[in-house]
Amino acid sequence: MTGAPPEDPPGPVPAAAVHALRGVSKNFGGVRALVDVDLDVHDHEVLAVVGDNGAGKSTLAGVIAGAYRPDAGRLLLDGAPVVLGSPGEARTRGIAAVFQDLALCDNLDVVENLFLGHESTRGALLDEVTMERQAWELLGQLGATVPSVRQPVRTLSGGQRQVVAVARALLGSPRVVVFDEPTASLGIRQTAEVLNLVERLRERGHAVVLISHQATDLQAVADRFVVLRLGRVGGEFDARAVGYEDLLAAMTGAALPTDRKSSR
Amino acid sequence: MTSPTAPAPLRAHLAALESESPWERLVRRLRDGELGMLPIVAALVLIWVVLGVINPAFLSAENLVNLTLQSAPTGVIALGVVLVLLVGQIDLSVGSVSGLAAAVVAVTTVLLDWPVAVGILAALAVGVVVGLGYGVLATRLGLPSFVLTLAGLLVLAGVQLRVLGPRGSINLPFESWFVQVVQQGFLSQTLAWVVVVGVVVVVTVLQLVERGRRVRADLPRVSVTRLVLRTTALAAVLSVTVAYLGTARGVGYTVVLFVALVVVVDVLLRRTRWGRSVRAVGGDRRSALLAGVAVRRTMVSCFVACSTFAALGGVLAAGRLAAANQGTGGAETYLTAIAAAVIGGTSLFGGRGSAWSALVGVLVITSIANGLTLLNLDTAVRYVVTGVVLALAITVDTLVRGRREI
Repeated sequence: MTGAPPEDPPGPVPAAAVHALRGVSKNFGGVRALVDVDLDVHDHEVLAVVGDNGAGKSTLAGVIAGAYRPDAGRLLLDGAPVVLGSPGEARTRGIAAVFQDLALCDNLDVVENLFLGHESTRGALLDEVTMERQAWELLGQLGATVPSVRQPVRTLSGGQRQVVAVARALLGSPRVVVFDEPTASLGIRQTAEVLNLVERLRERGHAVVLISHQATDLQAVADRFVVLRLGRVGGEFDARAVGYEDLLAAMTGAALPTDRKSSR
Repeated sequence: MTSPTAPAPLRAHLAALESESPWERLVRRLRDGELGMLPIVAALVLIWVVLGVINPAFLSAENLVNLTLQSAPTGVIALGVVLVLLVGQIDLSVGSVSGLAAAVVAVTTVLLDWPVAVGILAALAVGVVVGLGYGVLATRLGLPSFVLTLAGLLVLAGVQLRVLGPRGSINLPFESWFVQVVQQGFLSQTLAWVVVVGVVVVVTVLQLVERGRRVRADLPRVSVTRLVLRTTALAAVLSVTVAYLGTARGVGYTVVLFVALVVVVDVLLRRTRWGRSVRAVGGDRRSALLAGVAVRRTMVSCFVACSTFAALGGVLAAGRLAAANQGTGGAETYLTAIAAAVIGGTSLFGGRGSAWSALVGVLVITSIANGLTLLNLDTAVRYVVTGVVLALAITVDTLVRGRREI
């Protein structure tokens, strides 16, 4: 069953890929972080990319979100090749990312971080009132408990910072949202909140890419799993049919314990 | 108080704010290291009181007028330094740039007979070009600005000597309008009061408009009491300044120019997209880049602004001395300007600071220099005292930063 696409999906058939990677490779000096990776991202779908440490997950997130430019291969947006020069450019094309380190400016407050690079203005000056109001509404939708949106981000807890980063990604309703290790720094309740949020994004029609080494967390929400191993795609699975052992085997490269599997 | 249209977390926040006493707010800001300019303004008042008690001549109107005139050229340079510090860089060559700009004004207007305005523009253009060079080299090649501008300091000091030529010193004619304005140009008392009233009215109206919008949007807003207190304080500070300085020569044009520049830069930093990107780049360059901020352009703009302000400071210094010589913009200038920015509360680590720190910082340094001179203490004492104050300022900066990181 490795690599085989789901034979008869009962849900809505995913349309053509919104965002696709074809033969993408990326090297850092002598390190081959990604080797010939193909990946399709669809609307209304949660794609989980899993892999062990050093499998190239964060690099993949960076390539999708425009932070890294691939050394080889192409990026297709709605089937047309694109070059994403910067995360800002990716964002204007509808691809937003929540990076592993959240990429927040600690010295700026919540509103300033949320709208950084995309501020609302009235004439030449910033429109703080509109931005602050939108910030409260957005955080209210996410069920966030941030004490004040005028507080510097460094004074917030890990979970609150995560919510701010997620809220920032959702501003401007992007088509594709990439989460790099969204649950790594979160407690159980906050993890559940983030996963709920991911489901809501799927319902609203977003394409969601979750990148994590904690495959178990993602099984509740993922529609499809892609396993990365040593920079290559090590398998693709339908989330409803795949077991944790299959993912683990693909992540580590161990042989699939087929006999045990069939006996279950 | 709040309508039910406000999101739940906002309603909770407003409730919490309403129950917070002024004392609790002060304690919270102290704990968060959010005191801003308060400590340094207190220090400035303390310095004035001490110097005034030791020698009452320090607080005489005539001496304070001198103090403001001495502060303006260095203050303009410090304002530029604030901008490069905010993006987490430094410019050590501001002294050389100011000296070169002074030389350019003198040579073009005296030796080449250009109109003074053109000479000044040429000097400012030198600043723009130098800043552009630093900005491009620092962002494209990633050169560390500390060493890059140290190299620039030497190169430009050499250029300054060559521009001045073998005479080494050029006097500007006293009857030129430029020297007249810089040395003897003062606001008439009537005009000064018009400016005070105008500023207070404009600031009050702007605050009321802002408050009205926040009320309509159900956002936290300042209480009317605080607004009245703030406006009264502003009116009091401006009135006392104008009234007291007015008993002597008054408020000099260069001082007005300096304060106006501080206000403009402050508005740019706090209320425009450019200012937001400056603070973001200084706070976390990578995060700013990932958020879509034009990091390189922001950094280049700060280098250009810094060198241009340095050039303007040099032009003002030349006007004040009615001369440009090899010592203009010498060793002390850049140290004083950078020290002023840091003493005023702008962090050397980037991302934290305010345009007002140039004003307060330069007043502290000039007050010390001026006061110690009145006490007949020599340069040695002045160096030591200024150094100790700078050490105190950087200690505060580092402690605040350290507390924030843990």
